[in-house]
Amino acid sequence: MNKYLFYPGCSMETSAKAYYESLMAIKDTLGLKLEEINDWNCCGATEYVGISLTPAYALISRNLALAVQQANGADTVVAPCSACYLNLAKADHYMAERPSLGERVNQALAAGGLHYDPGTLQIRHLLDVIINDIGLDHVKSKVVKPLKGLRVAPYLGCMVPRPDYQKRWSDHEHPNELDRLLRALGAEVIDFPLKTHCCGGHMTQISPSTAFELIRRLISSADQYKADIMVTVCPMCQMNLDAYQAETNRHFRTNYHMPIVFFTQLMGVAFGMEPRQLGFGRELTDARAAMARIGVEVPEPESAKKPAKKAKKTGLPMPQMPGSEQEAAE
Amino acid sequence: MTASTKNPYYAKDPNLRFLEEVSAATAGVSRLEMCIQCGTCGGSCPSAADMDHTPRMLFALIRAGMREQALSSNTPWICVSCYHCVVRCPQDVHIADVMYTLKGMAIREKLYKDATAPDFSLTFVDMVENYGRSYEFGLATRHYLKHFPMRLPGMAPMGLGMLSKRRMDIAPTRIKGIDQLKKILDRAKELEAVQ
Ligand code: SF4
Ligand code: SF4
Repeated sequence: MNKYLFYPGCSMETSAKAYYESLMAIKDTLGLKLEEINDWNCCGATEYVGISLTPAYALISRNLALAVQQANGADTVVAPCSACYLNLAKADHYMAERPSLGERVNQALAAGGLHYDPGTLQIRHLLDVIINDIGLDHVKSKVVKPLKGLRVAPYLGCMVPRPDYQKRWSDHEHPNELDRLLRALGAEVIDFPLKTHCCGGHMTQISPSTAFELIRRLISSADQYKADIMVTVCPMCQMNLDAYQAETNRHFRTNYHMPIVFFTQLMGVAFGMEPRQLGFGRELTDARAAMARIGVEVPEPESAKKPAKKAKKTGLPMPQMPGSEQEAAE
Repeated sequence: MTASTKNPYYAKDPNLRFLEEVSAATAGVSRLEMCIQCGTCGGSCPSAADMDHTPRMLFALIRAGMREQALSSNTPWICVSCYHCVVRCPQDVHIADVMYTLKGMAIREKLYKDATAPDFSLTFVDMVENYGRSYEFGLATRHYLKHFPMRLPGMAPMGLGMLSKRRMDIAPTRIKGIDQLKKILDRAKELEAVQ
């Protein structure tokens, strides 16, 4: 198989280390050859485009220009982060759709001795490459520990299936790719109605109540469908649903507990790999109970080590709705 | 009756060309002129309830040349870039990209009402311009201290969790080609200014 030019993106080195670790653990089993783009830079997330157009697109395109320099026959850039993927795809798409933008971006790149012709590279998300290039038959053939009995909510978020410039996904709002992959791993996949709804994006930093409501909708829906765990393909989605779950619970006085992990982590488990090697234990919402359902022991998350829930003892026993608050708020 | 470029009134009042201006400043071909005011966008929007104007209403303001009202609307700042409206719009308007354009204009003309989001974007971009990488720890501390000091105590356990699990680095990473990147961005800013 040909090599892919790999654009990890900033989160893979920090908040989404578990994604990176699990991808590195499974790539050989998948026969996936990844060559990291040398000295890549941040894609600007959803911030730079909201400030100034040409600099934002020049920032993104520096990565594409660098990728071309080391391509050596490869023609595909693969990005594991949804926002990075969309930004790279957008630069390629809009530089062609609006040649004057392409010219301006290239004039800017020239100041750094670089150039990018739109259309030179294919920009694809990791899940797309696994489903469409490697294929589910190959994936299935590597499963030694089927995830039988684990109920998973497949969660894709927004920026992978939409706007979908290359028409790669089965549907913009209810695509089935992630469901099929998880089923190939032996998991029980719920028909998750909110699978491409928004995780709140950067709203956790800007308008927390807006973000908390979006997070609540996702988690409560997965909970109603009795999912044990949610599976994501994006660092930002994982961060919002995992790290802000406690704050969301405080905000609504709920006590949802929905662990959320990367699809690559579950692939690693199904391939018989060690949970610690797959980044388990880095999640803030404890995944131990969920994984124990299929006999997999994962490391304890940091937050679980502290003595918690002492509020329970002091309160009077009260009738409770499922999913309602059990602890005194704040 | 359609406004003609020969109409002296049209030529005198730049607001009448606001639609053109927004469209030209958007990545790709915005197709904003094609909006038929069907309202599919607002009906698809998960954040519409928090918006001053639905996307449809906002686009009507733009078409009507109501520059100040459009640029001071919170709508682009509340848009979460979910692209639901984009794939449903019967006219293929690049709605999410138009939102980005409006944010940039509102920042330049200082018409935004709440500084939280513009500050977040500017801080983020400042770090990217200096390191070539995003820097979550620096960004989060600077941003929270300024805008959400009351949220900090509640956030502390999460922040500690992120640090202890090495999901956040205390020191930023800098790319090797930072000088090259700065040259590219400086040139891009000049080009943006003369547009
Ligand atoms: S969905 Fe498209 S055509 Fe309809 S109002 Fe919104 S932008 Fe206009
Ligand atoms: S992209 Fe923005 S405007 Fe469109 S539906 Fe999503 S949040 Fe609403």
